[in-house]
Amino acid sequence: MLVVIIKKLLNAALVMLAVSFLAFLIFQLAGDPVDMMSSEQSTQADRDLLRERLGLNDNFLVQYARFVANAVQGNFGISYRNGQEVLGLIADRFPATMELVLVATVLSLLIGLPLGILTAIKRGTWYSEILQFGSIIGVSLPSFVVGILLILVFSVTLGLLPAFGRGDVVDLGWWSTGFLTQSGLMALILPSISLSLYQVTLIMRLVRAEMLEVMRSDYVKFARARGIPRYRIYFRHALRNCLMPVVTLTAMNVGTLIAFALITETVFQWPGMGMLFIQAVTFIDIPVMAAYLCIVALIFVS
Amino acid sequence: MLDTASPCLEVRNLVVEFPGRHGTLTALNDVSLAIRSGEILGVVGESGAGKSMTGAAILGLLERPGQIAGGEILLSGRRIDALSDREMEKVRGREIGAIFQDPLTSLNPLFTVGAQLSETIRQHIPGSSRTKARARAIELLQEVGIPGPQERIDHFPHQFSGGMRQRVVIALALAARPRLIIADEPTTALDVSIQAQISGLLRKLSKEHDTAVMLVTHDMGVIAETADRVAVMYAGRLIEIGPVDEVLKSPAHPYTRGLMASIPALGARVERLHQIDGSMPRLNAIPQGCAFNPRCKQAGPRCRRERPDLMPTRTGEAACWLYEGGVE
Repeated sequence: MLVVIIKKLLNAALVMLAVSFLAFLIFQLAGDPVDMMSSEQSTQADRDLLRERLGLNDNFLVQYARFVANAVQGNFGISYRNGQEVLGLIADRFPATMELVLVATVLSLLIGLPLGILTAIKRGTWYSEILQFGSIIGVSLPSFVVGILLILVFSVTLGLLPAFGRGDVVDLGWWSTGFLTQSGLMALILPSISLSLYQVTLIMRLVRAEMLEVMRSDYVKFARARGIPRYRIYFRHALRNCLMPVVTLTAMNVGTLIAFALITETVFQWPGMGMLFIQAVTFIDIPVMAAYLCIVALIFVS
Repeated sequence: MLDTASPCLEVRNLVVEFPGRHGTLTALNDVSLAIRSGEILGVVGESGAGKSMTGAAILGLLERPGQIAGGEILLSGRRIDALSDREMEKVRGREIGAIFQDPLTSLNPLFTVGAQLSETIRQHIPGSSRTKARARAIELLQEVGIPGPQERIDHFPHQFSGGMRQRVVIALALAARPRLIIADEPTTALDVSIQAQISGLLRKLSKEHDTAVMLVTHDMGVIAETADRVAVMYAGRLIEIGPVDEVLKSPAHPYTRGLMASIPALGARVERLHQIDGSMPRLNAIPQGCAFNPRCKQAGPRCRRERPDLMPTRTGEAACWLYEGGVE
């Protein structure tokens, strides 16, 4: 057992190393941060000084080694843009993304499970056919399109829900939450729907397939032969047996959701890690980008 | 053997059809049989002859698009073939118990056997409390011969061996003391020494509780040990029915004769095993006249022309022109 755990940890460490190396490599090609940081009027001497101070003159491998050595100690350096600790920046944004992902996950289970059950047990009825068709659209529609459509309908046309931002947040020590204020909750609705839509359809199709599979099994037939009522069979016998893959999929997809949140956050101007990353990219803020990628990779790996 | 009481199960002229894109297939055609309380009727035949289909039709568990297209099924004189789904749920388990072929997959792996037993008991015996149902479940496990039922009741299906699991399945079928048990190949998935135990148990329970049993199998050995009467099916029809000793020793229908001759005797050295030439016709290609005529050595022109119904023979009934007017 211990050996297995150590093996897994070693594996994870290797993956992290590879990801950070690739990330670092790509950012070398992203552009010259010094151009972005210095103003038009700054002299060549100023620029050289800055370059020297940031360690950009060193060999690429030396830079990478320094980055890894610092990152392992939890030090991702200082943002080129506003001079703040990168880790602190990300820690500030982390709750926003996590809350969005959490709500989206809960939503996808809350909607996906019943729909999957419904389409499985009412197979062939017109509404389950419509849901099936709708789920194909849901899978294939990119989430920014969904987000923009939602904003168009609910914010612009109907004016019911805010189109951007996080509303008012309450600080609970190191965690800031939007769950406790009305505007925070209202602001959560649209982004979490657009983020969860893909998951909803995924879970729905998975549950449907699993339910149909289980309904064909011998023990369900035998339960019917024992005279167990139909709905008891659906919800007690069949559903329980198909929850395994659903739990696995949901847990695995939390990582995917965090990564996908990047798009949703951009559409809704959600102040999460994704937005931070996008801003960092436009500013060639290498420490922030590298830290974001490493953290997302860490979540995926663990 | 004959008594005057009305039979526990009576099937009259049952027809089961599968409507499909390429026309309707008739899976069961004009099947009539009766089982008295305390009697075990063996139903034999090749795969696809309609044995299991008959059981499924009685239970109201035909797989779609299969449907009963004609005939009647009576349980203690009450028609059950036209009941609604909800009414049928009260009949299944409570009045008709079922045992399926594979005990390994008949039990839900996520529930203890006790939970599955209690569920069935409480479903069918209204007002039975949790503790009562549990006590009854232990009693049932004891009855089907599971040692240490007090501990075994909290075990999961995977903790039982195949034979023990089939005993649990039988306990489940017996939970509400049904009048009829439909046992679909109950011993097929078990090894030989366990087979004898299970069929012995079925026989014992049937006699003790005066339960009618329809024992579907293709194993003549099990029939010989267990059944009182035997019904032989071929291509969706009943072709012979009679007391088990008579049918096994002096089969009337040429098909049954072929079937009996195909059983290899232990100890006898033969060069070639006996077999009936040809194979059973597919449902969409059943020949005119007697369905068996292309494979029958005694067939005459009449067999290719007219379909015989069950006719009395010396000891039972057989659907063969040999017993009424000859094959010419």
